[in-house]
Amino acid sequence: MKVLKLMFKNAFRHKLRTSLTIVGIAIAVIAFSLLRTVVTVYNAGVDASSADRLITRHAVSFIFPLPYSYKDKIQQIDGVELATPLNWFQGVYIDKDQFFARLAVDPETVFKVYPEFILSKEELDNFKKERNSCVIGIDIAKQYNLKIGDIMTIDGDIYPGRWDFVVRGIYKPKDKTIDGTQMFFQYDYLNERLEAESPMRANEIGWFAIKIKDPNRSAEISAKVDKLFKNSSAETKTETERAFQQGFLSAVSAIITALNYLSFIIIGIILLVLANTMIMAARERTREYAVMKTLGFSAKHLVGLIMGESLVISVLGGGLGLLLSFPVVDGFGQAIPKGMFPIFYIEPITIILAVTAALSIGVISSIFPLIKALSTKIVDGFRFVG
Amino acid sequence: MAAIIKVKDINKSYQRDNFEVPVLNNISLDVEEGEFLALMGPSGSGKTTLLNLIAGIDKPDKGSILVADTDIAKLSESELAKWRSHNVGFVFQFYNLIPVLTAFENVELPLLLTNLSKKERREHVVAALTLVGLEDRMSHYPKQLSGGQEQRVAIARAIVTDPVIIVADEPTGDLDKKSADDILLLLERLNSEYKKTIVMVTHDPNAASKAHVQRHLDKGDLV
Repeated sequence: MKVLKLMFKNAFRHKLRTSLTIVGIAIAVIAFSLLRTVVTVYNAGVDASSADRLITRHAVSFIFPLPYSYKDKIQQIDGVELATPLNWFQGVYIDKDQFFARLAVDPETVFKVYPEFILSKEELDNFKKERNSCVIGIDIAKQYNLKIGDIMTIDGDIYPGRWDFVVRGIYKPKDKTIDGTQMFFQYDYLNERLEAESPMRANEIGWFAIKIKDPNRSAEISAKVDKLFKNSSAETKTETERAFQQGFLSAVSAIITALNYLSFIIIGIILLVLANTMIMAARERTREYAVMKTLGFSAKHLVGLIMGESLVISVLGGGLGLLLSFPVVDGFGQAIPKGMFPIFYIEPITIILAVTAALSIGVISSIFPLIKALSTKIVDGFRFVG
Repeated sequence: MAAIIKVKDINKSYQRDNFEVPVLNNISLDVEEGEFLALMGPSGSGKTTLLNLIAGIDKPDKGSILVADTDIAKLSESELAKWRSHNVGFVFQFYNLIPVLTAFENVELPLLLTNLSKKERREHVVAALTLVGLEDRMSHYPKQLSGGQEQRVAIARAIVTDPVIIVADEPTGDLDKKSADDILLLLERLNSEYKKTIVMVTHDPNAASKAHVQRHLDKGDLV
């Protein structure tokens, strides 16, 4: 008990030095949590993808459309439960900084293929009834203070003109890993106007999301879909939703990798800072350790004393950092445009990694001073002049 | 009286860079139980080294050191640590108190290695601090004490475990005359009243005069 007290007293013998080290560790843990969170949200789409969903897009590129008529053909393939078309609309809501996904969808099937977007039956029925109705995610509703019945006016860019939508539903994500920032409206509303204003672009969609009955048959069904449209004017490429999301990430994979490395480099830097603090502390106490050894304290006591002191500092720094990480990450999430990172929260694995890092730093930082303290002979310790 | 310390034919040298520096040459010495021995000699004569060997904080290259029938030269480091905690009380020139612990806590430190209860430890610490006249300074930190008081706390720490021998390395070397006299008086009292065997290294003839026996070292030889 007294040794524990001595450990705490030692840790705060140099209050300024210890406080600065604790703050340093806290800042490192905050930076680590923030970077890990950014890495996590980049991968969120991949992690949230469903094993029983396939994505069919144009074989050449995602930017080329597919005929809407493919839907019925895909639907007839053995193993396919349901296919739903989706089309990227984009447009400008309020101004160009207000970014979130706006998609033209089939109201009859989209929420069956994407059950993670939870919408009440009444809202879904209303969405189906009205041509210019839309459903928005709860995060978008909160951000723009939108309610059922409100009008959302979007200036089209890919599809020019003024587009008015009535909010008829607000979906809730199944859990916090699901994006709550999307807007869905009826494809027919878009298509009818295209038929009237630019018929060449009508009856085309961006991609199909296909719900399959057995995830183990995804490769087989993908091959069947693509075979079906082989040698047509719009050949397809079908892959699992996970592979599709990973394809998006490949463009920024270098950045994600760099962020990943950076988060661990930060931990490495703070390891050196704490190690330096501990080396200084242990060096100053060389005579005291000699006294303790003289009095009969053994190696295990010194290990407890030195490693304990290091752990006290690292745990306090890590705890403070973790505590502050939540408001900092939250504030960062609020500060960036909502659509950029639709899901922005600290994952449990980030907390586990931060705690593990703090504890590891505490242990590793004490190794050198421990070796020094244990290997110094008592007589040399008494001769030591710091 | 029987010899409680039997030093026989010990040699000790230190490696300094590439040079081997002999410090003690075939030293033999007996210290009777209850004796107050002063080891004197010029700097570098090997008196502190001999004290360290007797106290078990260093090992001889050759020879044997029997303290209360235990050949401490043959003990491992961990056995020596345990032996020291039971048998030796240390008093250093610069007191070597732990600055973040109070006088009470400093004196209690060696007792943490025993099986004594908190209450028993307290009784021992209070008794030791009372013996050195610092019962009213128990909650003071070393920096709140004078040099003489610090050395008295160090003596209380040395005697709190009731050791067989007390070793003192220049215990008055860092003190003014008045404080030095107080410390010597205290050591004399420990020797005469409490029958403690004391081995003291000193330069000071006045300090040495308090001892029963004076031995001189010169260039590693007892003269």
